[in-house]
Amino acid sequence: MEHTSVENSSASTFSITEEDHTLANSVRFVLNQDPRVAFCGYSIPHPADNKVNIRVQTTGDPAKDVLKDSLQDLMVMCQNVRERFDTAVADFRRPNTAEAMDIDLSKK
Amino acid sequence: MPKKGAKKAKEVVDAPTPDHQENNLPDYLELQRTRVVCKPDAPIHTQGFQYSGAFAAMGVDNSVSVEKFCKNFKIEINRLTEDDMEFDMIGIDASIANAFRRILIAEVPTMAIEKIFMVDNTSVIADEVLSHRLGLIPLDADPRLFDYISDNDVPNERNTIVYKLHVSCGKGSPRITVKSGQLEWLPEGSQLSAASPAQTGDQQKTFTSFGQSQKEISEKPLGVKIDDITIARLGPGQSIELEAHAVKGVGKVHAKWSPVATAWYRMLPEVVLIKEIKGDDAVELQKKCPVNVFDIEELGDIKRAVVARPRSCTLCRECVMGPTGEKIDLRRVRDHFIFTIESTGAMPPEVLFTEAVKILEEKCERVISELS
Repeated sequence: MEHTSVENSSASTFSITEEDHTLANSVRFVLNQDPRVAFCGYSIPHPADNKVNIRVQTTGDPAKDVLKDSLQDLMVMCQNVRERFDTAVADFRRPNTAEAMDIDLSKK
Repeated sequence: MPKKGAKKAKEVVDAPTPDHQENNLPDYLELQRTRVVCKPDAPIHTQGFQYSGAFAAMGVDNSVSVEKFCKNFKIEINRLTEDDMEFDMIGIDASIANAFRRILIAEVPTMAIEKIFMVDNTSVIADEVLSHRLGLIPLDADPRLFDYISDNDVPNERNTIVYKLHVSCGKGSPRITVKSGQLEWLPEGSQLSAASPAQTGDQQKTFTSFGQSQKEISEKPLGVKIDDITIARLGPGQSIELEAHAVKGVGKVHAKWSPVATAWYRMLPEVVLIKEIKGDDAVELQKKCPVNVFDIEELGDIKRAVVARPRSCTLCRECVMGPTGEKIDLRRVRDHFIFTIESTGAMPPEVLFTEAVKILEEKCERVISELS
């Protein structure tokens, strides 16, 4: 749910249910890295309520688009993390190629 | 000759520019940006610079684009066994590393015993305590094969695993210990009839309605992971008879569904000797460190302290207190995490991590679709 003023779409508060610090803090980090963002932050209004408020103020672009882009960026980052992790696991499991190289060196 | 020299000098000036163009912050700011410095009383620069325009006035871009992240991000695995792993995650912010940790503990689903149908319990351990103990037993069942069950759902082979426990201690025999291995998996579902015998028709109605045997769903038997967990002890003449129904859930509802014993990370410690530490000071320093970070290097008759194992540093700050304090800098690298996952057994640790990353992706996707 988005709370914004009618005449100015560059500043909004997004109220997201069923989420907590896990998503909000990550998104806040990604938003902070976006040069279009002037200010962003998040809060959990009450610890018993299962929702977060994310505040986004931009330098002109609609806040909603900037938030969406950030979420998209976070997804791409996650996919990259997963790819790197899978290759790292595969490399770790593969019989050690470095040892084979050592044998070659000792022959010299 | 002078011309050549001049040209060479120009090259030297030119060469570092491409590297520094990306980041030409003064050293003290670069240190603040990339390191947490641990002083004797408290750490400093813990916050870092998160805002992309933090150094805009100096003409330095502090933003991290996705491309830049993908280029610099690295994972190195240090240890990987059946149920635990340790790896280095380099080039990621604490907020995202922490999201992975939080998801691993609270949001990756597993199967755990949720309902107990107690037929008989004459042991000294109370029904509710016994049930709680059963709930905490890790099950060797892949949660990805199952669905969540809601209040109105009928327990079927896709959302419930049924176990039976029927043990008794004979009169006059010594006390026995009931172990988790004695839980017997019932792939065909519940054996207890839900209605009294008078009401039943041709087919006995039980607490579950399995359409097919669970042996067809899972390749391996859905037993318990560790079979020597003590559940109860029975004296002569005591017995326990019960049926346990395991369902899918997540750790934030109850810790029994948490797939990890623990998942944690620590930032990479960095120990820097600003000034040389020699002689007795060096020997004292080496002795003072409880985890043996320092070694003594002997050159002739001069003893010199060197940093040999910075990774094992626990940041007890013993070395920065006392006489050597001024000569040592204890730091942590802000974007280098040593991540450890200890699985409880339902899924191997590397699968748990990929699942956790997938869950964060799903969260993003959900919010994007909600905003559209």
